[in-house]
Amino acid sequence: MDPMEAIKQTYYQECDELLLAMEEGLIAMESGEADSEMINAVFRAVHSIKGGAGAFGFSILVAFSHVFETAMDLVRSGKLNPTPDVVKVLLRAGDKLSDHVNAARNGTTGVDDVEVKAELARLTGADPEDTGVPAPAEFENLAFAPIMIDIGDDEPAAPATPVWHIRFAPQAGLYAKANEPYLLIRELGMLGAIEVTADLSELPDLTSLEADQAYFAWDVLLRDCPDRSKVEEVFEFVSGDCDLKITEEATAPIASAISAPGLPSLDDDEPVEPAPVEAASPVAETQLEEKKAAAPAAAPAAAPVAVDVVKPTIRVDLDKVDRLVNLVGELVITQAMLSQRLLDNTQQGQNVSVGLGELEHLLRDLQEAVMAIRTQPVKSVFQRMPRLVRETAAQTGKEVRLEIEGEATEVDKTVIERLGEPLTHMIRNAIDHGLETPEERVALGKAAEGTVKLSAEHRGGRIIIEVSDDGRGINRTKVRQKAIERGLISANGNLSDEEIDNLIFLPGFSTANTVSNISGRGVGLDVVRRNIVDLGGRITIGSAWGKGSKFSLTLPLTLAVLDGMIVAVGNQTFVLPLSHIIESLLPKADDVKPFGANGMLLNVRGAYVPLVSVGRLLNVPGASHDLHNSVVILVESEGVGRMALAVEAIVGQRQVVIKSFESNIGRIDGIAAATILGDGRVALILDIDGLVAGCREGAGRPIDYQQALGA
Amino acid sequence: MGKTILTVDDSRTMRDMLRLALSGAGHTVIQADDGVHGVEVLEKAGLVDVIITDINMPRMDGYGFIEHVRRGSANRMTPILVLTTESEPGKKMRARDAGATGWIVKPFDPEKLLAAIRRVSP
Repeated sequence: MDPMEAIKQTYYQECDELLLAMEEGLIAMESGEADSEMINAVFRAVHSIKGGAGAFGFSILVAFSHVFETAMDLVRSGKLNPTPDVVKVLLRAGDKLSDHVNAARNGTTGVDDVEVKAELARLTGADPEDTGVPAPAEFENLAFAPIMIDIGDDEPAAPATPVWHIRFAPQAGLYAKANEPYLLIRELGMLGAIEVTADLSELPDLTSLEADQAYFAWDVLLRDCPDRSKVEEVFEFVSGDCDLKITEEATAPIASAISAPGLPSLDDDEPVEPAPVEAASPVAETQLEEKKAAAPAAAPAAAPVAVDVVKPTIRVDLDKVDRLVNLVGELVITQAMLSQRLLDNTQQGQNVSVGLGELEHLLRDLQEAVMAIRTQPVKSVFQRMPRLVRETAAQTGKEVRLEIEGEATEVDKTVIERLGEPLTHMIRNAIDHGLETPEERVALGKAAEGTVKLSAEHRGGRIIIEVSDDGRGINRTKVRQKAIERGLISANGNLSDEEIDNLIFLPGFSTANTVSNISGRGVGLDVVRRNIVDLGGRITIGSAWGKGSKFSLTLPLTLAVLDGMIVAVGNQTFVLPLSHIIESLLPKADDVKPFGANGMLLNVRGAYVPLVSVGRLLNVPGASHDLHNSVVILVESEGVGRMALAVEAIVGQRQVVIKSFESNIGRIDGIAAATILGDGRVALILDIDGLVAGCREGAGRPIDYQQALGA
Repeated sequence: MGKTILTVDDSRTMRDMLRLALSGAGHTVIQADDGVHGVEVLEKAGLVDVIITDINMPRMDGYGFIEHVRRGSANRMTPILVLTTESEPGKKMRARDAGATGWIVKPFDPEKLLAAIRRVSP
């Protein structure tokens, strides 16, 4: 990749981080908790985004961030008081800035920022059309014509170009700032032919000489340089630390140089033939050439078509990597120790088993450490939510306060990446359907401002994410009625409150009478649930009428390993995900009842649950079909309900590493993935949801996994 | 010809761009993320030829960093160029008062960057 293109990708990644930091700071300002360092961090974020944008020529982004930066500069210097109104404008500007960055990344234009820009300008009292692009006069191209320094040449130059007399007397401050007169004179020498005379008249006796004082002055006659501004530019850095006089003169000797400051000659003569370069930097020269040659080639790459796909990267705490490196070291040592002990014949058995024990410990630690590398705080998703809340609140005309808790909770990156969409949906739903309008709330005796709370925490090896609101709660009568209308439940079905609440997750269910453009985007909560289930999680809702509702998501910390129950069926071993198992039991003969043509039901403490033999369902050779003598595992599937799976024996419970085979042999109904057991055998991990759904639809249609696997 | 140059900037993008421009010109580049880090890096690196620093940085800003270097480190006489998008005279003056040798206005052009270095370092 072109190095500039690679830096551009870095810039986009950095922008994402800066935008998050900015948002965090602005939100702290909104709640009045921001200290000056946080306000500064917001300023720096905007400033850095602008800086990079300038380097890549994103002029629209530069223009917008400049206006924003100006406002933030006033805030951080205390000239603009961050009142709630001001912060509101800044937050909107932050959202726009993020849109602008995305537009730059995707090569699109057309972000409508006129309004926000005008509001920012109102805050700063500036012209909203101020582009922030510095006037080009600041640093014109240094297209110098290198010339051999020729000192002491008396021959006058061509009369058409002016001769500059430069009187340069450094002060002590010039040296203190590490400027060097020699370099400046050398620089003059690159502009044209120079004649230098040192003025040592101020030099005191050695006894009164002070090392850090300035005593020298120089008179320089410069020829062949038509442009006075080039001369001034040489002294740009030292202009406050020296006495400098630049005068134009005829070819008179230095002593009598008291001519009036003249205008630079407008004659546009042929430039002087460049002499071989000596003092000038040859490296800089070749760079210049290369750059010119590369410029046209690089230009098309900037076109929107050539947007490179950013490979997902993660930034990991050094601690985590260190831990990993350390463990690998330990592992190598233990391995060496083990092989040594196997070679020593004495006391073999005991020592080897001690070594194996250590190895096991290390491997478990190593596995955890590797997993930890993939974990990230949920903050990255949670931080996108405040903007969503602001926008949704504005669209619905509701007043909403978002409370976030536990954003430092860490979870696997894959889970984080796929969490955004369901969370977005639930939060929109909470504001749109859950919260009442401010008027309604006041009439109900609630605060006009509704609260949506988003929290994350670790509980029992899983992560629990909750979205709750203090709105009206679920109207169960309405939900029930709707479900009956849609034929989702029967009219006389007896459902618990909890069951009614969870009806809203059924496909095709929507209680909103009018489809708003906020929640009703053709995506129902059923899709949210699908997303969560795909991640190996589950979602439930609890609600209290008039007080609010709460969505709870339970997600695995990682998608790489799974806690499973190992069961035996025929000559095969299967793994059932522990997250779906409710209980295992040994059924009594009279608990199993026949149902329909070849169905069975199991009486579990008075409730009847369909009973299916895994052996029959998957057509496992040699499987026993005697349901009365089998072990039954009661599983629950999201949405479809409970089911009893009959297996021959439970082998044990352990963590297994998930090996996906979809990329090799495609998807197989009822099988989620495979794993390799301790004895080296391959075991299939059952997809409980798929199995249960398949059974309900096809009533026991056997799934031929062996054919699918080609076994 | 190749100089050892320390760049101090909190933006990864800017650090990368400086490295590209400077190492392409044959210079050795060492980097720091902010003023505090810059001081640490300088302590380890010893004398360098040129220092290029940003102004707005967390922990210790460019002014603080320059003052620290000028106050009495091995590099107190090393040329320091300030890198900033702000071309306002106020910012430049403050940097100069802190002891900056010169400045480069962002976005910089590699040639101009090298020219500025040439103007402060032999």
